[in-house]
Amino acid sequence: MDFSFLAQQVINGISLGGLYGLIAVGYTLVYGILRLINFAHGDIMMIGCYFAFYGIFMFSLPWWASFLLAVILTAAAGILIDIGAYRPVRNAPRISALITAIGVSFLLENLGLVLFSGRPKAFYRPEFLSEIREIAGVRILDLNIWSFVLTLVLLGVILFIIHDTRTGRAMRCIAYDMETTKLMGVDVNRIIALTFAIGSAAAAAGGIMWAMRYPQINPLMGIIPGLKAFVAAVLGGIGNVTGAMLGGLLLGIIEILLVALRPDMAGYRDAIAFAILILILLFRPTGLMGQKLPD
Amino acid sequence: MKSVKLSVAFVLIALLVASFSGPAFAQAGDAVRIGVFLPMTGGVASYGQMEWAGIQMANRMKPRVLGRPVELILVDEKSDRIEAANAVDRLISRNRVHAIIGTATSSNTMAATPIAEKARIPIISPTATDPRVTQNRKYTFRVCFIDPFQGEVAARFAFNSLKARRAALLIDRAQDYCVDLANFFRNNFTKMGGKIVQTTYCQTGDQDFTAQISAIMATRPDILYLPNYYAEDALICKQAAELGMRIPIMSADGAQAPELIKIGGKAVEGFLLTGHFEKEGAATKLAKQYIRNYEGKFKMEASGFDALGADAYFVLLNAMERAKSVEGPRVRAALAKTRKFEGVSGVINIGEDGNAVKSMVILQVKNGKFRYLATVNP
Repeated sequence: MDFSFLAQQVINGISLGGLYGLIAVGYTLVYGILRLINFAHGDIMMIGCYFAFYGIFMFSLPWWASFLLAVILTAAAGILIDIGAYRPVRNAPRISALITAIGVSFLLENLGLVLFSGRPKAFYRPEFLSEIREIAGVRILDLNIWSFVLTLVLLGVILFIIHDTRTGRAMRCIAYDMETTKLMGVDVNRIIALTFAIGSAAAAAGGIMWAMRYPQINPLMGIIPGLKAFVAAVLGGIGNVTGAMLGGLLLGIIEILLVALRPDMAGYRDAIAFAILILILLFRPTGLMGQKLPD
Repeated sequence: MKSVKLSVAFVLIALLVASFSGPAFAQAGDAVRIGVFLPMTGGVASYGQMEWAGIQMANRMKPRVLGRPVELILVDEKSDRIEAANAVDRLISRNRVHAIIGTATSSNTMAATPIAEKARIPIISPTATDPRVTQNRKYTFRVCFIDPFQGEVAARFAFNSLKARRAALLIDRAQDYCVDLANFFRNNFTKMGGKIVQTTYCQTGDQDFTAQISAIMATRPDILYLPNYYAEDALICKQAAELGMRIPIMSADGAQAPELIKIGGKAVEGFLLTGHFEKEGAATKLAKQYIRNYEGKFKMEASGFDALGADAYFVLLNAMERAKSVEGPRVRAALAKTRKFEGVSGVINIGEDGNAVKSMVILQVKNGKFRYLATVNP
C-alpha cells in the first residue's frame, strides 16, 4: 500500500464526490427553501443530459452551445414542473408534495423511456478534456479538474444569489415564513419558480459533467446519482448548500476508499452509502453543517 | 330511464367480460399465440431489442405453423426480475399463450420459469446461459450454450493463447450469470495452474469503477476477466484506459452488443469475448437466408442476440410441427427431442435437461467492429 496508490484513491474519490456534490447542491437548494424533497431531481438531471445529447447529435451544435442550451432548457423544464406539479399542492400537507415529487420522478423516467428509448447512448466528450495528467504517479483526467472547478464556481454563484441579491433574500424569507413573505408583497410563486430554475440548471450542469465522466446515458441514469446526492445533502445538512458540497465529497471519498482498500467488499458500496444515510438520520438529523434553515 | 341505463351498463359489462375472456373461445384455425417477454427498457434493453428484432425477423420468414398463423405478444420485463415474473403471469393468465420465448438474462428467466412450469407452458430462453436456469425444470429450455463451457473456453484461451498466469476478476454481483460465470472461469484457470490475484465486485448500473480498477492494477495481473453485461464492461474499459491499465481484457456473450463499442470507443480495441454467433462464422443455410433478410430490413449487422432470438422461435415452431400440436406437454416432449436442428447460430441439439449443446465463437474488437477469431466445439 504505497503513497501514490492512496493519493490516486483520494483523487478518484474527490472526482466522484465532486459530482455527487454538484447534483446535491440543487437538491438541497430546493429543500432549503420549500421543505420539499424533490425526488425528481435526478431525473431532471437525466433530461438535461438528453437535451445536450440531442443538441450535438441531432442539431449538430458545437458542444459548448449544446451544453449551454441544455442548461437553459432544463431550467425551463424545472419551472414547468413547478407550475404543473408542485404549485397546485403548495398549500397542501407536505406529504402530498413529497408524493407528487415521486410521481414526477416516475413520469420523467417513463417519458424518457418512450421518447429516448431504453438503450443507452454514448455521450460526447470534447477531446481536450480527455487528456490525462500524471503527477507523481497519480493520474488525473483533465475533465475531473474542470468539473471540480465548475462545481466550485457554481457553488459560489448559488451562494452569491442566496446571500447577496434581492431574489436571494426573498428565497430566504420564503424558507422562514411563506405566509408573511407573501404579505410583504413578494411574488412568492415567481421566486419559487426561480428556485426551481436554478436547481434544475445546477442538475443539468451536474448531469452533463456526469455524462462526460461516465459517457453513457439512459433514461434511468438519474436514479442512483439522485439517491446518492440525496445522501450527500443529508450528510451535509439538508438545506445547506455548502454542506451539500462537503457531504458529496465526503461520500465520494468514503465509497472509493472502501472499495479500493477492501476490493472484496466492493459489492456493499451502495449499502454503505445508504447505511450512512440511516445513521445520520438517527444520530444527527441536521447533518454536518447542522442548521435548521439555509443561513 | 333507469332501465335504459341499466341495460347500457349490462352491455358494457358484457363487452368487458368478452374482451377479457376472448381467447378462451379459441378454436383450431385460430392463431397460435407465442408470448415474448424481453427487457425492452432498463439496464439491458439492448439485449431485448436485438432479440425482439430477431424474433420478428424469424416470424416474417416463417409466419405459420400447423396451418395456423402465429401471433406474437410482446411484454416488456424492464430488466427487472419482478417485472419478468409478472410478464409471464400476464402472458399465461390473460393472453393464454401456447408457448413463451424469453428472457435475455439468467436471473430474470429464473424469476419467471416457476409460473410457466405450473401452467405447463413451454418457455424457451434465447440467451440465459446460467446452468441453474434449467435445473429442476421440466418446461424450461434454451437455445444457447451454458456457462461452464464458456468459462472453460475463456480460461483455456487466456492460459494457452494469451499466456496469462495471473488473472483478475471484476464481477457484477447483482447478476447470477456474472457470479456463476466468474466461478467457472476461476475453477478452470486455477486447475490449469493459473492464479487469481484479485477478485472485486460491482453492481448492475454502477458507473464509477476507478477504485476497483486501481485495486486490480495494484496486484499486477496479466489478464482482466469481466463476466458482465455490456454497459458495465464498456465503462470499466474506458476507466481502465484512463487509469493506465494495459493488459488484455476478456469477457463473455453478455458483452456482444453494439453499445459496448459505441460507449467504449478506443478503450475497447482488442477486447476479447466468447459469444454465440458471428456472421463471418455462419455456416447453415438458414443463417445465410436470415442474415440477408435481417440486414435488408433493419439496416444493421446481424449479431449474437438477434440470431438467438430467431433460433428460439425457429426451434419452438419446429417442435410444434413435430408434435403436431400446440399443447404444452406435447410441445415440451418434442422440444426435448430437438436433434441436429440447423438454426441460425449453428446446429442445435436439445436434451431432456433443456440445455442446448452447440459451438461457441471467440471474437475480438478491431477497428470498432466485432471480428471473428475462432469457433470452439463442445
